[in-house]
Amino acid sequence: MAKLKDIKRKISAVKKTKQITKAMNMVAASRLRGAQSAMESFRPYASKFGEVLGSLARRAGEEAGSSLLTPREEVKKIHLILCTSDRGLCGGFNANLIAKAVSFIEQKRKQHIDVSLTSFGKKGRDWCRKIGLPTVKAHVGIVGSRFGFNVASASGHELIDGFLKGEYDEVHIIFAEFISMARQTPHTKQLLPIPPLVIAEELKEAKGSAYLAEHICEPSADEVLGEMLPRSIYVQLYSALLETSTSEHAARMAAMDNATKACNDMMGSLTLAYNKARQAAITAELMDIVGGAEALKG
Amino acid sequence: MAEKNIRLEVVTPDKIVVDEEARIVMAPGSLGEFGVLVGHTPFLTTLKIGAMHYQDAQGKERWIFINGGFAEALPDKVTILTESAERRKDIDMARAQAALDRAQKRLAEEGKKADVDFLRAKAALERALYRLKLAQTRGSGH
Repeated sequence: MAKLKDIKRKISAVKKTKQITKAMNMVAASRLRGAQSAMESFRPYASKFGEVLGSLARRAGEEAGSSLLTPREEVKKIHLILCTSDRGLCGGFNANLIAKAVSFIEQKRKQHIDVSLTSFGKKGRDWCRKIGLPTVKAHVGIVGSRFGFNVASASGHELIDGFLKGEYDEVHIIFAEFISMARQTPHTKQLLPIPPLVIAEELKEAKGSAYLAEHICEPSADEVLGEMLPRSIYVQLYSALLETSTSEHAARMAAMDNATKACNDMMGSLTLAYNKARQAAITAELMDIVGGAEALKG
Repeated sequence: MAEKNIRLEVVTPDKIVVDEEARIVMAPGSLGEFGVLVGHTPFLTTLKIGAMHYQDAQGKERWIFINGGFAEALPDKVTILTESAERRKDIDMARAQAALDRAQKRLAEEGKKADVDFLRAKAALERALYRLKLAQTRGSGH
């Protein structure tokens, strides 16, 4: 009898877990919609910005010589921005991002380059503390919730400041690229100095080769470019944060979906075990009665 | 009407604030206010914090607060890229007033140190002032 009760208790426990995972799945789904729409609404700004920046950069050419563009001759210190989520229960999401960070840091250490960190998200911060990496700054409560462009511009400003002061020679960012609902991959990108590749890419996107060629620029093309370059960092930072947020919710949704399915499977097999045990108990009881009756007869 | 309209787009990272036809667009460029009509020469400029206005297709004057950024004028289209923008009717006066008080307090505390915080507070002050100024013109004529 005790066994039956045990199984029953287990079934109800799994049932409750399932309710929780299902609820989390739905919450993640609605947050995902929010994050996705934020990504959507950022797109017009980002694409227009890239278009203008690309053609302007080509026009102003390399002689613009902004210090944000020129690579340092000797790279000794690198600053890494690690975007993770604040909360767990989202499958391998944070583990993947952190693994990427680990391999990045190891690779740089082999080249005798120091790495310092800024982390967005609690999980990344906790990891840094655990392995004893110095974090310059930890931003908590941004990834996964609603945030504005000012978040990106404020921390982007600090990054540029540190870069110009020579606190570090390069800035890289690790974030989760949102590829599809089922696929989010950790991605490393160089923010500073602004790689020429970025500009080349944006050039390709800019429609028409003569575009902007004859623009009058005020104050001057170089000055406008000088205003735009720091903003391009904010734009990239903001989009990385948006992607990480969206990816977090998508990852959590998938993880919770799997958990709910696992709960269903478990409930099925537990119910089967329960029914078998119940049947066995009934059979045993019946045997007892039949045995007793036989004994009386005899 | 024979005159043609120009397309105006005001884009922020959060949303597209304006996407409509305008007869004329006036915006505060960093070298002074400028106006754009249809057929304007391709033109690119940085913007100051302040108010821009335009006449919509019905000839009604519309005002928008813009937080700096860039403007690109093409013969048939003006695009304003800014980090934040609000139509005059959408300005939250209470919030702007609070921001103003906060910025003034911080400026008083910071004193004359010309560091990052000081500059930031100054920019916040400027934004709040322009927002309030623009919001106060609500309902006065146009």
